[in-house]
Amino acid sequence: MLEIRNLVVQIEDKRILNGLDLTVNNGEVAAIMGPNGSGKSTLSYVIAGKEDYEVLDGEILLDGQNLLEMEADQRAAAGVFLAFQYPLEIPGVASMTFLKATLNAQRKARGEAELTTPDFIKRVNAAAAKLEIPKDMLKRALNVGFSGGEKKRMEILQMSLLEPSFCILDETDSGLDIDALRIVSEGVNALRSKDRSFLVITHYQRLLNHIVPDTVHVMSAGRIVKTGGKELALELEANGYADYRQSEAA
Amino acid sequence: MADVTLMKTPAETALAQAFEAVKTALPGSAESRAEAFELFAERGLPHRRVEEFKYTDLRTFMREVAPFAPTPSSAEAKAALRDAKALAGVEALSIPFVNGHLVRDEIDFSKLPEGVEIVPLSEALAAGHDWLAKLSPIEWARKNPVYQLNSAFMADGVMVRLWGDVATPVHLRFVTSSATAVATATRVLVIVEQGASVTLFETHESTSGAGHQPNDVVELLAGDNAHVHHVRVNAEGDQALALSTFAVKLGADVAFNTVNVVAGANVSRHQVFAVFEGENTKAQINGATMLKGRQHGDTTLIAEHAAPHCESRELFKTVVDDEATGVFQGKIIVPHHAQKTDGRMMSAALLLGDGASMNNKPELEIFADDVQCAHGATCGQLDEDLLFYLMARGLPKKEAESLLVQAFLGEAIEAVEHEGARDALVGVVETWLKARG
Repeated sequence: MLEIRNLVVQIEDKRILNGLDLTVNNGEVAAIMGPNGSGKSTLSYVIAGKEDYEVLDGEILLDGQNLLEMEADQRAAAGVFLAFQYPLEIPGVASMTFLKATLNAQRKARGEAELTTPDFIKRVNAAAAKLEIPKDMLKRALNVGFSGGEKKRMEILQMSLLEPSFCILDETDSGLDIDALRIVSEGVNALRSKDRSFLVITHYQRLLNHIVPDTVHVMSAGRIVKTGGKELALELEANGYADYRQSEAA
Repeated sequence: MADVTLMKTPAETALAQAFEAVKTALPGSAESRAEAFELFAERGLPHRRVEEFKYTDLRTFMREVAPFAPTPSSAEAKAALRDAKALAGVEALSIPFVNGHLVRDEIDFSKLPEGVEIVPLSEALAAGHDWLAKLSPIEWARKNPVYQLNSAFMADGVMVRLWGDVATPVHLRFVTSSATAVATATRVLVIVEQGASVTLFETHESTSGAGHQPNDVVELLAGDNAHVHHVRVNAEGDQALALSTFAVKLGADVAFNTVNVVAGANVSRHQVFAVFEGENTKAQINGATMLKGRQHGDTTLIAEHAAPHCESRELFKTVVDDEATGVFQGKIIVPHHAQKTDGRMMSAALLLGDGASMNNKPELEIFADDVQCAHGATCGQLDEDLLFYLMARGLPKKEAESLLVQAFLGEAIEAVEHEGARDALVGVVETWLKARG
């Protein structure tokens, strides 16, 4: 379970999150929607542990553990996974090398034995097949020269290998065509379980047709301003964010 | 005109005394040694007002002169070679030097592989061997004070002739084992015949931590259509002042590929002089340098495209940690007749330490009007966003940094075609990164 209480965050003296409260229960898929600049990506980075942000107040607990006291790598080992909106290209690091290094680093941090190479390859191949990732893509440098869809599939591949308990999908639908959106969504849906929760950040309702959320939160000016069921997403799609922007101004 | 007395540094005086003491005892022509020493003595140790040594002031770095090492005993040489690790696991024909002296016992002259002939330099000098005429082929080197010192003091070395497809790599192993600081001046001439295909390893290391002063020269003549792969490792001890020169003359239609990995020495200065003498030759000249503590590592390169239609690619990667200093000076020269030259030189530095510094000086000197030449130099730190990406996947910060450093240096190392050597070089990088802690 993820619990965020009264989170206040700024970057370079600019307040981005303004007393945000959010709870995501085990097994729950929560969607966060909101206009540009409402602080959605900041929230994902702050949960994952990016250093640029200054947390002024509040706490983030994952299964009772205080994430704000941990480095990004410790949060990953504790179960946090952020699927990046723009996955980074790492020239010179083969995707397989990267996957093995991350998987074993997390296992080591949790006191588990490292995977043997055959065991590792078996797992990667099985997960890659489900996401329609060709083997030659895994031999290339991580994300270098990958299309937008390939990059997002690679993120989901990492998610399925690392088996996190709390997954953040930061605008995973951006840059995806219909087919890629289907593959990625199926990959995510296959990972849904009663022990794993998701925070799905998106501008658009279309992703939520594929990954159907349990709850929908509307974010504006650094706070959750409305919470509802999946029908709230349809309402937003029809009416836009104008109502919530007005509440900002007020 | 008033008499002018040049002020000599104590090291310059010591070098002059050392030369006086050994010049008649060393093999070969005392005259040509004296000529080389005089050329050196005219200007003395190069300092920061000498442009080519602007960033590596040898007057400052060489305060004292270490004595030249005597020939080691057979047991001492064996022990030193047993402890020497650089590329030791890669199968090759070993030509070892301990404390600057060829270890003949380690070479079975009667059973050399097909296509290999080895002549000890001390013998050749004493006997006036025919190949001596091929020694010192590059003018850039002959004008260079570090090289001049080697020419004056060279005590031993080899001349190696290679022909045909030489399947076994030839490994020149330079090992210093003396417990106290010693100087060495070794000279190697490699003659690669027309159409030959060879792989050459060159490793420089110390099995003791003393402040040795090696000044080693490797000269290479590649005949037309030759294929030459060269890998060099500087794994000198952390007190060493290591001076070295690699002088290369390339014929026509040659494929030449060299990668130099620097991980050792307190102060190192590696000079590469490559002259393209024949048309349609292609060269890849790479370097990967790792510096930490207060190390100073200088790579100075001159690539002279003396013939038209040649292509050269120079890629130098330098990682500088702590308060270390990196230097790269690279110059591509294209005379007026060398049309259709295609040269691209890149030097990239990664500064890991807050006190780290890098001096990049890329130059193009082009007199021909139909050429494609470019150079670039960058200097930066590890990308914070990439670090966060790796950490968000669970890699601790140091591991994430190591992965990015490996990737950065890997680009220069991947040019090594010999798989065993390439793996060994990756191992050198990994060892260096582990020592960072």
